Amino acid sequence: MSRIGPTLEALRSQQRTALVPFITAGDPQLAVTVPALNALVRGGADLLELGVPFSDPEADGPAIQASSERALANGTGLRDVLKCVTEFRASDDQTPVILMGYLNSVLAMGEGAFAAAAAKAGVDGAIIVNLPPEESKSLRNALAEKDIDLIMLAAPTTSDDRLSAIDRAASGFVYLVSLKGTTGADHISVGEVNQNLARLRGRTRLPILAGFGIKDAATARALGEQADGVVIGAAIVSRMAALRADADAIPEALYRFVHDIRQALDA
Amino acid sequence: MPQPGSNYAQPSPDGHFGQHGGRFVAETLIHALDELEVLYEQARADPEFQAEFAEDLARFVGRPSPLYFARRLTERLGGPQIYLKREDLNHTGAHKINNCVGQALLARRMGKPRVIAETGAGQHGVATATVAARFGLECQVYMGVEDIARQSLNVYRMKLLGASVVPVHSGSKTLKDALNEALRDWVTHVDNTHYIIGTVAGPHPYPTLVRDFQSVIGQEARSQCLQQMGRLPDALVACVGGGSNALGLFHPFIDDEAVRLVGVEAAGLGLETGRHAATLNDGQVGVLHGNKTYLMQDADGQISNTHSISAGLDYPGVGPEHSHLKDIGRAQYDAVTDEEALAAFRLLNQTEGIMPALESSHAVAWVVREASRLGTGQIIVINLSGRGDKDIQTVAELDGTTL
Repeated sequence: MSRIGPTLEALRSQQRTALVPFITAGDPQLAVTVPALNALVRGGADLLELGVPFSDPEADGPAIQASSERALANGTGLRDVLKCVTEFRASDDQTPVILMGYLNSVLAMGEGAFAAAAAKAGVDGAIIVNLPPEESKSLRNALAEKDIDLIMLAAPTTSDDRLSAIDRAASGFVYLVSLKGTTGADHISVGEVNQNLARLRGRTRLPILAGFGIKDAATARALGEQADGVVIGAAIVSRMAALRADADAIPEALYRFVHDIRQALDA
Repeated sequence: MPQPGSNYAQPSPDGHFGQHGGRFVAETLIHALDELEVLYEQARADPEFQAEFAEDLARFVGRPSPLYFARRLTERLGGPQIYLKREDLNHTGAHKINNCVGQALLARRMGKPRVIAETGAGQHGVATATVAARFGLECQVYMGVEDIARQSLNVYRMKLLGASVVPVHSGSKTLKDALNEALRDWVTHVDNTHYIIGTVAGPHPYPTLVRDFQSVIGQEARSQCLQQMGRLPDALVACVGGGSNALGLFHPFIDDEAVRLVGVEAAGLGLETGRHAATLNDGQVGVLHGNKTYLMQDADGQISNTHSISAGLDYPGVGPEHSHLKDIGRAQYDAVTDEEALAAFRLLNQTEGIMPALESSHAVAWVVREASRLGTGQIIVINLSGRGDKDIQTVAELDGTTL
């Protein structure tokens, strides 16, 4: 059974905002990925998003593109990503892990084979950036059979009718894209996100997590007033990139970054 | 156009061509695609829009393009009667302008003041910059830094037309990465921007609307054949990268089942070397750039770097309708190498006084190779999709000549 629902439910009852950091598996090296995940949890992450590197990440901004390219240069494939999850699960059986990537990685393995392998590794959910609800049926069914949530995205441009359709297709939570743009964009408006959150809130019973463009504790805290959680990706990946020559220092740096945001959210 | 009841009335209402096509994009873009789909359906049925389009094709593009009997090439090969559909004579020198005029009219209808495009060889970028100037639209063109280096003339040409050319440094720094970057621009500026995709690929409704705008090629060719030869041709031959010139020629003939449809892909250094762009000959089905289709990819689903001497064919995907036509066997897809294309480039220059684009040279090369297997009574129409002026530098370098 997916850990996502119970985890978000527990946070909601404690009136805490879910903190979801993102890193790309294999960036800057595969050996760093599991220590980094552990450090994020120690720092206060409630759920983890693990990026599956793809050659053509069309929804990502420069930071995550570069991260994907570094991971691919190391030869990181979907099977390596799943191995990281298996390894992480050996010491952490609680924290939900969500894979984030593009559909072609899944199709190349096969939807059924992917669902089986992901379940075996201990994956709880998948976010496929270029898979809108209309095209999602077969993967959704394959994942549902293995109790893995397929998380749907809602955007500022999504009409009210579509929000309802997205709710019907989603499980786990709905990922609200906070701005018109790519990951790591720098034009987030808390007011606009809250308007879209309110619109979405009326159309889904699922928790709503906001992501894209959230780079610091202040923004995370402001969004946490309304959202059930926040996803932080590009800001973390950029910190890892700056330390790539000194990879041993990455877990500690991630711990401190996430810890500060956790404190701001809980204050 | 094939109507319901035709075996080939595609796509389905949700934009699928058999198992291919569809709409695989970030949620942020769905609204814009819905809007484009509705607007296009209205425009397609609106005689006023069709008249505007026809007027610009006639007066701005210079249509109809001739169907030319290549007498000396025919004699040289000693096989079928070879006709060339002269898209190279269009304004800006290629078929790309047909689609750009149509999409610029759509952008104007939507009230979007800004257009963006991706380009590889620069032909689609030039065509987009041209219609942007013609319709008073702001224009930004994305181009990989590798291609900018290879096609400096077209880069400068776009600038002269008032467009800005944005160098793309990510990934393989070629056409596919320019497309990624254009999608990123679009997702960010979707309120005021129309994305003019240059080929019959991308999320629904792009493969359909680009096909429809390019179908003028086949509509003209069909009536020219009837008029000039009194019958339909035996085969149509066109190069396929994304596949817009090929589909534009094929589509009006699709219910004429006796007419053989041949798409010619870029075999680069040879299919066996892996260094090519022959997606329909050697690819697997996957999802890229908003649609499901055959792709050049590795076992992990990473998109491969392709190779072709012709930048316009150097793309790891292909339009989804071509993938469907391959699956159902209505069209056949073959491939010719860089070397064969270059030889055909030279041959057409010397036999007909026509310099084909290296892309179009692939279609000519297939006919050269297959001529002895095609009967002398047969009529073959080659889509001469563009002129080769842009490739002189490339060919000169291969000849060891510095210009």
